[in-house]
Amino acid sequence: MKGLLIISGLGILAMLAEIFKFKKVLYPLVLIGILAAYALGFTEWNANYNIEVFSNMIRFDNVALAFSGVILATAFFWFILANDYFEKDHVTDHFALVLFALVGALMLTAFSNMTTLFLGIEILSIPMYVLAASRKRDLASNEAGFKYLIMGSFASGFLLFGIALIYGATGSFDLMAIRAYISHNGADLPAFFYAGVLLVLVAMLFKVSAAPFHFWAPDVYEGSPTVITALMSTIVKTAAFAAFMRLFLVTFGGVNETWGIVLAVVIALSLVVSNITAATQQSVKRMLAYSSISHAAFMLMAILANNRGMASVSAILYYSLAYSIGSIAAFTVVYHVSKQESGSSNIEAFNGLAKRHPLMAVCMTVAMLSLAGIPVTSGFFAKYFVFSLLIGTSYNWLIILAILTSAVGVYYYFKVIIAMYFKAPTKEDGITIDSSHVVLLLLTTLFTIALGLVPNFVIEIFG
Amino acid sequence: MLVGLLIIVPLIAGLLVFGTKGKASRNIALGFSLVEFALSLVALFQYKHNPASADLVLNCTWVESLGIHFAVGLDALSLLLVLLTTFLIPLIILSSFKNEYDKPNSFYGLILIMQMALVGVFTANDGFLFYVFWELALIPIYFICLLWGGENRGAITFKFFVYTLLGSLFMLVGLIYVYSHTGFDTGIKSWAIADLYQAGRALDVNQQSFVFWCIFLAFGIKMPIFPLHTWQPDTYVNAPTQGTMLLSGIMLKMGTFGLIKWLLPLTPLALEKWGGVAIGLSVFGIIYASCIAIVQKDYKRLIAYSSIAHVGLIAAGILSCNQQGIQGGVMQMLAHGVNVVGLFLIADILLRHTGTREIDKLGGIRSMNGNFAVLFLIVMLGSVALPLTNGFVGEFLLINGVYQYSAIAAAFAGLTVVLGAVYMLRSYQNIMLGERKDSAIAFGSLAGSDKLVLYIVCFVIVAFGVYPSPLNDLAEEGTKLIMLNLK
Repeated sequence: MKGLLIISGLGILAMLAEIFKFKKVLYPLVLIGILAAYALGFTEWNANYNIEVFSNMIRFDNVALAFSGVILATAFFWFILANDYFEKDHVTDHFALVLFALVGALMLTAFSNMTTLFLGIEILSIPMYVLAASRKRDLASNEAGFKYLIMGSFASGFLLFGIALIYGATGSFDLMAIRAYISHNGADLPAFFYAGVLLVLVAMLFKVSAAPFHFWAPDVYEGSPTVITALMSTIVKTAAFAAFMRLFLVTFGGVNETWGIVLAVVIALSLVVSNITAATQQSVKRMLAYSSISHAAFMLMAILANNRGMASVSAILYYSLAYSIGSIAAFTVVYHVSKQESGSSNIEAFNGLAKRHPLMAVCMTVAMLSLAGIPVTSGFFAKYFVFSLLIGTSYNWLIILAILTSAVGVYYYFKVIIAMYFKAPTKEDGITIDSSHVVLLLLTTLFTIALGLVPNFVIEIFG
Repeated sequence: MLVGLLIIVPLIAGLLVFGTKGKASRNIALGFSLVEFALSLVALFQYKHNPASADLVLNCTWVESLGIHFAVGLDALSLLLVLLTTFLIPLIILSSFKNEYDKPNSFYGLILIMQMALVGVFTANDGFLFYVFWELALIPIYFICLLWGGENRGAITFKFFVYTLLGSLFMLVGLIYVYSHTGFDTGIKSWAIADLYQAGRALDVNQQSFVFWCIFLAFGIKMPIFPLHTWQPDTYVNAPTQGTMLLSGIMLKMGTFGLIKWLLPLTPLALEKWGGVAIGLSVFGIIYASCIAIVQKDYKRLIAYSSIAHVGLIAAGILSCNQQGIQGGVMQMLAHGVNVVGLFLIADILLRHTGTREIDKLGGIRSMNGNFAVLFLIVMLGSVALPLTNGFVGEFLLINGVYQYSAIAAAFAGLTVVLGAVYMLRSYQNIMLGERKDSAIAFGSLAGSDKLVLYIVCFVIVAFGVYPSPLNDLAEEGTKLIMLNLK
């Protein structure tokens, strides 16, 4: 809760910075603020499990705190990655927008009412629309922002419609009340209630960009500035999954036969479509966009498994952490490589990176291994937890499909590794990167391996 | 503790070597690999002294809530394979002294890290840990093949990687499936090998069949067994010599070892049902690979196919699931590991001295270097399993084991002896004897390091051919343990 307040305060402060001329100190201030918000999360651990805030609109229980922790940690890394982004024009606007998006993300981890869910999604999305279009003289960036806005608005419409139908059936916006209503009146829920659940499902699938609702993702990812793409594929995704989980595991857990089969089909489609399309991409950024769809499918598999107490939750938590950290590392490298090639992130730009900047090549390799799910990186454990959740359920076939498509995944991740180590560089000159980015790369790489070596810290977090 | 050292030392050594430069890398790597070999000898001594010694097992908790332990231990079987690994790695490093590799620090560092993973695979007593080491072994060899391989290595190593990864993911599913059935009585799930055995045997025949094929796929690809072998010849030929040695000398044994320790005791019912199919594939692979080997022009490719034939026999013996078959499999794993390293070194020497490995372009080398001819002859005879060479014991036991399962299968499997002699002797005749071809003119004397490796290999071939009982006793002991679990 305190974290949410701090980040909101920082956002407002950022808007004032232009007027009161303290732009220069804003960057360190934000970093410190995020760390403070992160640290304050620890003080709330186990503490206000049952305290109602804002008439029970929001509740920071342990699950919310854990996901906030992932989001804040990723945000910290992200701000280090994006230091350039806050140097030229519109500095304070950029700060404010990102911070408000962060506020939305934190709300999504902790909402306990349908209205807070909607607010959170909008607070998260609206800044993201603007940020996607923030390279304002670039046509692709404008297109990205526009597409994102149109598609996002559609999804919000679905969401609202769904919420309205659910409210009509159960008479409440409160998640716990809805849950209780479902368990008491399971047999005679009206048909439009199920329609409402499915509409909410569709809206959430839009937000996590699962196939067949993924068409916006690649264009938006490619058109946006690289750092914003990194933001979308990490923080936004984690927040969307936190919300997804709370909705479907907690609230609609009782009617999983309604959404289970739909979700299974969506997962299967996402796995196939994303991996096969990713394999044909020339641009690494676009490849990462498609691969993020496949990772979304994996996280959805953990939701599909549904019924194992906290196991699904901790699997998603671990997956989002592993994926976020790996992505931040990958995007840092993509950012620098594409800067060398005047914005292009084609696979050729990675040729011979091992010679031009060995450290980046090593870190990128670890990131790719992690995203591909090779032990002992964190990505492996993430996939392992999902598999072990789903095995023995009626969805065994999804595991087989996931394995087959993972092999395709290895193809495109390793294409990058092969290019870096095996192909001759197009340019001979070395690449210099900021020392802060060196630290960032080392930290993320270290985390990726450390999380793989000691997954217990995350997986056993809920006791 | 000792077994922990066996895993840690190569890891630390590998990381150290990454930080070195030039010639120092390979010398340090060689030094560490000798230390590791000495350690494994100490372990052997310890085992002989007291098989239940606490030094030979290590068990710490890794992820408590999931029942994952860092549990490693040495029994007779794993001890033999660890010895094979620690014995071959110094030879492999030594054999590279005449090849100038770019970035030697990475090259030798990767070899040592690979050794860590291999020792881990052979000692793991926890299903999860076994899988992790299994995958971990793949990364260094992938980079070794990718960075120092021949032409077109990108596509070939990639095929190799995807093939093996796909197999191992299926193995993971099979293992998780068994794991999810552990702890039926206690409610606590566990990856410990004993618990997996117990859970696996409690499954019904259909469930066991699912597990069997999932896991068999991984091992079958690694060995490789027909029809999963298509990655193998290209990868072997394109990898740098040391990479090929690692792949065929040690890594291949991961598959056969896995069969013995991680498949047979896990799914006995499925084995009864499907064992025949698996043996049929193995035996078919023997004949198929032998026939292809006969017509090969490239000597290295010929060895690659011969390797498929050999491993087919090993797999058939193991899958026939009796004392002779499994024991023979173990013996043949050891013999094949040593012999194939010798053969690949010979292929490398041929290439370095004559500029070609094409059998047709070679000839009459014996007249230029008689010493080499003798060494080559010994290695070749070991590989065709002549009596009094190390290959004989294993092959004899294997065919005996397969015969107990089915006389017809044994008859076909026995063809390996004939066919093996055909391609091996013919290639030897073409390369070493006959009229001297142009390529042989420049064939001078061997380099010291090559000579040393070949002497050691030949010594082992003859010594354990004449007096196999030290190894044979251990193999028998290990097999008996496994047989106990099969009952």
